[in-house]
Amino acid sequence: MRTRRALAGTLASAAVAVAVWEAFARSGAFATALTPSALRVAEALGRMTLDGSLALHVAATLFRILVGLGLAALVGIPVGLLMGRVGWAERFVLPLVSVLSPIPSLAWVPVFILWFGLGDAAAIALVCYAATFPFVLNTWTGVRSVNRLWIRAAEAMGARGGTLFRAVVLPAALPFVIAGLRQAFARGWIAVVGGEMIAATSWGLGWVIFDAREFLNADVMLAALVVIGLLGLGVERLAFQALERRTVGRWGMVRTAGA
Amino acid sequence: MGHGAHRGRLSVEAIELRDLAFEYVTDGRRVLALHDVSFGVAPSEFVCVLGRSGCGKTTLLNLVAGFLTPTRGQVLIGGRPVTGKGLDRGVVFQDFAQLFPWRTARRNVEFGLEMKGVPRAERAAIALRFLKLVNLEAFADAYPHQLSGGMQQRVAIARALAYNPSVLLMDEPFAALDALTRDEMQRLLVDVWRETRKTVIYVTHNVAEAVYLADRIVVLTPHPGTVRAIVPVPLPRPRDPLSVAFLECQRAVVANL
Repeated sequence: MRTRRALAGTLASAAVAVAVWEAFARSGAFATALTPSALRVAEALGRMTLDGSLALHVAATLFRILVGLGLAALVGIPVGLLMGRVGWAERFVLPLVSVLSPIPSLAWVPVFILWFGLGDAAAIALVCYAATFPFVLNTWTGVRSVNRLWIRAAEAMGARGGTLFRAVVLPAALPFVIAGLRQAFARGWIAVVGGEMIAATSWGLGWVIFDAREFLNADVMLAALVVIGLLGLGVERLAFQALERRTVGRWGMVRTAGA
Repeated sequence: MGHGAHRGRLSVEAIELRDLAFEYVTDGRRVLALHDVSFGVAPSEFVCVLGRSGCGKTTLLNLVAGFLTPTRGQVLIGGRPVTGKGLDRGVVFQDFAQLFPWRTARRNVEFGLEMKGVPRAERAAIALRFLKLVNLEAFADAYPHQLSGGMQQRVAIARALAYNPSVLLMDEPFAALDALTRDEMQRLLVDVWRETRKTVIYVTHNVAEAVYLADRIVVLTPHPGTVRAIVPVPLPRPRDPLSVAFLECQRAVVANL
């Protein structure tokens, strides 16, 4: 019942969005070449799907964000854990994170191109930069907000040091780590598309948009935008919600309401 | 000095508190929370520590549990001084949130056994036995958030007993439950205690609860927390809270509060 109503809502809002776009496209505010109809966008999408290029662009983008997110998790989660447990690590890392975190990742693009050249490495570095801070900050918060009673109960039952950490602190911090993963993906997704526009060579959804601009292919640009939006939604729904359902949802520890 | 201090038995007490004092510092001021507390608990005896909030009864329990270190005096368990937390004591807290939400009821009960290094199959069997003891074997695979408050406290009791400590320490475990559930839990606790023969220190501010559960009641008065009296409860079990003898016993305790 609830899923059916949710589906109806989704369909209705999609229909309205298409209708608004059509009205705008036909209003003559811009040349029709610049505001292609929904049908022409769909045609461009179909063309790219059939000739196989879309799959390769998607694969390139997903590859960059997955590697970047993976690296960010490898760095960010341990740093966050350390900060939550060790006072000097917190005092040392926090000022650094506070200064670096607000810098928009895209501001680093020119610098990263100088360092890593055009291509995958720059885009991956960009995702890694954008995604590391959410991991660090959320994991740190997670460790600090572990219920003291769980620690006390575990200690009363003989848990100490590494065992206490593995058996209590890690699972207790997991809801925050998952929230960090979601934020990291959202920021990484922005970074990868933006980075590809400037740093990528011939593959990636961001590159598609930038490349199509050269030829005034507005339909291709819009098709790529639709794919970017749907992919982001798909990852959120399929990967993160499933992960949450199987862990913190099942344990009754969900913090992020709804979604 | 209370009644129990003169018993003069020679046998080793299961728990002995000797001239226990605890001081903490708040806003640069030293506050004496417990002063000159001495009493013993015999093996398999059920002792309630009774007092109004702020009398230091939770501090007393935390000293016995080893969560706090006494400023003066010492706690002996089985004749050996307490130097920290240990698997010879099981602890049950008031807050339902004491269970680990990421573990099922059975895996919560297994926790202490895991820390002891008991093999997996044996762990599961022991955990189920203790869940059965608290009438929760049907909920072994439920997560804590799926259980009611009373059920969660029963899991906590099973968890504190499963690794076979000689002493069970309970800090108002039923205070947050509704009155009907609390009565039921008290009956269950008496059954569990008679079955397992643990030495129990049970902290409460509820006179009727103390009279229902205890062999002896240690009455604490605040500022600083000192033992006002130790009142024996000579009633046979199961006790009837509506009987004249029970009410008289309650009156005797209240007179000391």
